[in-house]
Amino acid sequence: MPEIILLTLVFARVGVMTFGGGYAMLPLLSRELVEKRAWLTESEFTDMIAVGQCTPGVIAVNMATYAGYKCAGAWGGVAATLGLVFPSAVIITVVAALLSGFAEYPAVKHAFAGVRVAVCALIIKTAVTLWRSSVGSLAAGAVFAVVFAAAVFTGLHPAVLVLGAGTFGAVFSVRRSVKK
Amino acid sequence: MTLFRLFYEFFFIGLVSFGGGLATVPFLRELSARTEWFTLAELADMIAVAEATPGAIGVNMASYAGFRVYGPPGVAAATLGIVAPSIIVILVIARALTKFRENRFVSGAFWGLRPASCAMICSVGLGLIREALLTPSLDIKAAALLALLIPAALKTKLHPLALIVFAAAAGVVFKM
Repeated sequence: MPEIILLTLVFARVGVMTFGGGYAMLPLLSRELVEKRAWLTESEFTDMIAVGQCTPGVIAVNMATYAGYKCAGAWGGVAATLGLVFPSAVIITVVAALLSGFAEYPAVKHAFAGVRVAVCALIIKTAVTLWRSSVGSLAAGAVFAVVFAAAVFTGLHPAVLVLGAGTFGAVFSVRRSVKK
Repeated sequence: MTLFRLFYEFFFIGLVSFGGGLATVPFLRELSARTEWFTLAELADMIAVAEATPGAIGVNMASYAGFRVYGPPGVAAATLGIVAPSIIVILVIARALTKFRENRFVSGAFWGLRPASCAMICSVGLGLIREALLTPSLDIKAAALLALLIPAALKTKLHPLALIVFAAAAGVVFKM
């Protein structure tokens, strides 16, 4: 099955060439899947993004599974996904092994103290971006406030908060559309 | 047994987290509080390594956590764990998925999920800022670096990798 092998290799290439996760992969994916190989049409590509966002799990993985499935069936989905994650897993293994080998050096400790500050700045950036795209109304602001208070002050599992907010959103939006 | 547990814990995270990038971080913090696998400070390292290496950030964090817990076999267990639910869900319901997206219950659920995800990430962010700046009294150097990096992250198009490398260099130069 040469197509399955090709799928694995194409997704491995996308995985190793993009920094920053799912959305950063879109330009490269579009070039590989739509323009170069015509495995997906433009509208299937748009579907792939929508499916990636609305199914559980990591967006990049969801997109790879969907695209692989569209190209070559169920095994295509598996092949594309494993292709996507394999190079990163190898790179992470090497990086993690190196880091644990050098962890006791003072310079490495100082570097990581700095890196932890950078991570704070990146988290703030993520939060600001998410806030702008999601908290557009008073009701959404209320969801934010309730979940934030629950996350900071209670030991509730994040899965409970996710399920609660999702259920509330589904019920609330249906009630709202009934009123209209 | 540990390998099976790694697979199971990350399978669960893959099943209940929604969204890109750092959406799994609140679940990883919950995992760090419940297990001996990694501390909050190590979670920060995990985020940095995942952002600074190629590939999907959520998967990279799982791979790194897997290595910390059980070496290379741990990488395999955690990585396969986090991708398995995606594969199962998409292959089972792929045909219905494009209509699924337009369903008003589903779009309503996401209307609620997005601010919730933002709130949970803010909560983890508070914990990480406390961890990075209070050691245990206020670390002036770290606070100054954060004051510099926040506008750099928000106002410029600098790549996360650039911020991480700059902060690492600052950490070494100023002996943070």
